[in-house]
Amino acid sequence: MELWFTEFHSNDAKMSIRVDKHLHSEQSEYQRIDVFESPEFGRFLTLDGLMMLTEKDEFMYHEMIVHVPMAAAPDVKNVLVIGAGDGGTIRELCRYDTIEHIDMAEIDGRVIDVCREFFPSTTCTLDDPRVHIHVEDGLKYVRSKENFYDLIIVDSTDPFGPGEGLFTSEFYGNCCKALTENGVLVNQHESPYYADDAKAMQRAHRRIREFFPICGVYQFHIPTYPSGHWLFGFASKTVDPLKFDAERWNSLGIKTRYYNTDLHRGSFAIPNYVKELLAKS
Amino acid sequence: MMDQNDAPIYEALLRYRDERIVPFDVPGHKHGKGNPELTAFLGRTCMEVDVNSMKPLDNLIHPVSVIRDAEMLAAEAFGARHCFFMINGGSSAVQAMIMSVCKEGDKIILPRNVHKSAINALVVSGIVPVYVDPGVNPKLGIPLGMSVDNVRKAIEANPEAKAVMVNNPTYYGVCADLKGIVELAHSHGMAVLADEAHGTHLYFGENMPINAMAAGADFAAVSMHKTGGSLTQSAFLLVGQNAAVTEGHVRAVINLTQTTSASYLLLASLDISRRNLATRGREMCRKMLESVEYAREEINKIGGYYAYADELADTPDFYAFDRTKLSIYTRDIGLAGIEVYDILRDSYDIQIEFGDIGNILAIITAGDRWKDIERLVSALSEIKRRFSKDKAGLFDHEYINPTVKISPHDAFYSEQESVPIGGSAGRISGESVMCYPPGIPIIAPGELITPEIIAYISYCKEKGCFMTGTEDLELNFIRVIK
Repeated sequence: MELWFTEFHSNDAKMSIRVDKHLHSEQSEYQRIDVFESPEFGRFLTLDGLMMLTEKDEFMYHEMIVHVPMAAAPDVKNVLVIGAGDGGTIRELCRYDTIEHIDMAEIDGRVIDVCREFFPSTTCTLDDPRVHIHVEDGLKYVRSKENFYDLIIVDSTDPFGPGEGLFTSEFYGNCCKALTENGVLVNQHESPYYADDAKAMQRAHRRIREFFPICGVYQFHIPTYPSGHWLFGFASKTVDPLKFDAERWNSLGIKTRYYNTDLHRGSFAIPNYVKELLAKS
Repeated sequence: MMDQNDAPIYEALLRYRDERIVPFDVPGHKHGKGNPELTAFLGRTCMEVDVNSMKPLDNLIHPVSVIRDAEMLAAEAFGARHCFFMINGGSSAVQAMIMSVCKEGDKIILPRNVHKSAINALVVSGIVPVYVDPGVNPKLGIPLGMSVDNVRKAIEANPEAKAVMVNNPTYYGVCADLKGIVELAHSHGMAVLADEAHGTHLYFGENMPINAMAAGADFAAVSMHKTGGSLTQSAFLLVGQNAAVTEGHVRAVINLTQTTSASYLLLASLDISRRNLATRGREMCRKMLESVEYAREEINKIGGYYAYADELADTPDFYAFDRTKLSIYTRDIGLAGIEVYDILRDSYDIQIEFGDIGNILAIITAGDRWKDIERLVSALSEIKRRFSKDKAGLFDHEYINPTVKISPHDAFYSEQESVPIGGSAGRISGESVMCYPPGIPIIAPGELITPEIIAYISYCKEKGCFMTGTEDLELNFIRVIK
């Protein structure tokens, strides 16, 4: 017997992972949630059939979405994380003793519950006293906040599905309002390779640019996301991500498997075709 | 025995498709095979049932089988004596009901804030309007319903009038005291015609303003495509239980202007939507109302916007409010409604129903998703933060009571000349001018053009309203009576 999980990366390209066991499946109010066990990637979570994280490669995503802004803006005290029901982003944030308060707005409470059951390695700090979980639409949550957060991380799904509202002008504008003067917005910025993902990347970039004078994109590599080449956006009114104090970050002694301060600089160096796509957006 | 779970036209189309009939009749696209590009665009399912009248599918101009059955089911669902399936919009239903009870030279009493389709019926048929001042809400600047007292005055001054027409509700959600007007009009032997273009849900929701059939009206024009879920251009014309006309006469009037090649896509959409409303309408209306109430509360929390509701319904000309309407007053943030309407589309990819001078209207139905409502609210919050201005200098009313000099029919068919709109004050208009939507004429044929009206038209143009009605597409010239 052979069991394979397959995700289409475009209409004409797909990726398959051999599955040992289908551990969980449910339809929540917002989406279908599945958990599988696989020999190559360990346990993995999918939402509406799209890969969210695997035990083996999640560190690449979570380290890069957190340590880049934390190195660039080391004085962050108040953080808002949108999405992130799997807890991986929160886990990385909790490694900074200097962070005082973390709000997490995840629309689907079932994702949090399922991850707590099957992914103890990412959900391990959801009960940290600094973490406040709000099961609420991210767009709605951020609407009423003003000049409060030093860092907003948008750890969302793709722009088709429950995460749709998190790729809109109204959302980025509300984030801009919710951030302090030296605040930073980091967002899941899709991939430049396949056409549909690239369009989403361009739209997100175009809209973020309306609100933030500093508006960079950095890349990382992750085997289980379409094309393996993925981007985060870094936006701020004042903080330049490349003018950062590497020694200060290194002195924290945070042990990482993917991120380092050399890679930090390099991750903002992006391929020409991506530069062109962003310039055209 | 048929019941509301049946959909006779839809079922007949399924049978037609399953029988794989070979078409040697029109339409010439032959189930789409003759027009591959269109078929690729609309889909084969759609093209296969875009067919012509034939015995098993009945004929709208003389219905005897499945269309008749579908009309009877719809009549039952809406509490009407008869229901006509209309395929040229709510406009055709409005015109058919007016022309069914009035003829050339007859008078009809109506509020001036009627839809253009009603005035067009008067132009075509030579029926003479007696306008009743609908009243204006002084803060919002919007026209209201008619008070029973104002209708009584019009009736007493024009006892020979044949009918009274009522908007139920207006675009903004304002309802008149329909039951009171029906009793009054009937006691004077006049018929009551309700324009329920925006009122389909009144027949299915709980705790809604009264619908025309329940109020005892003689006719109602119901634009099913607006909030009833059917395809654009489809509507119902309802005839009341005690209306003093025969079904045959109304059909003869409808057939004067109706196509003889009725679209089965439109007819089937009416049939399926009626079934849906009859079986699930109450639940759909509950969801619709829940979404609107939530949006209204959140928008009012932003501050600066005023999403109004029942609290305004306390005057004789504002008898009740249809709470499913999300009408929002925007002038306090220093933006005309039309400006908010444009910003929503251009900067936020959100299309709403209309924006006029002081208000916007978003249509919300059971088809809306929560996350989209959050987007609308958040976008409005952002528009206030980013675009709000000083409100001084904004025009403060939507409605100008016109002076009627001659009937719309006589004006339309008089000798006319074209003059620059700026120099037209004091002349009698030969045509209509309106913002679309909402499609309520600012001036109609036969009315006196005043400096106030010219100023209002040029203000609407400047703010970016989509102006229609005149022969001159640029609206620099207007046709006036010689």
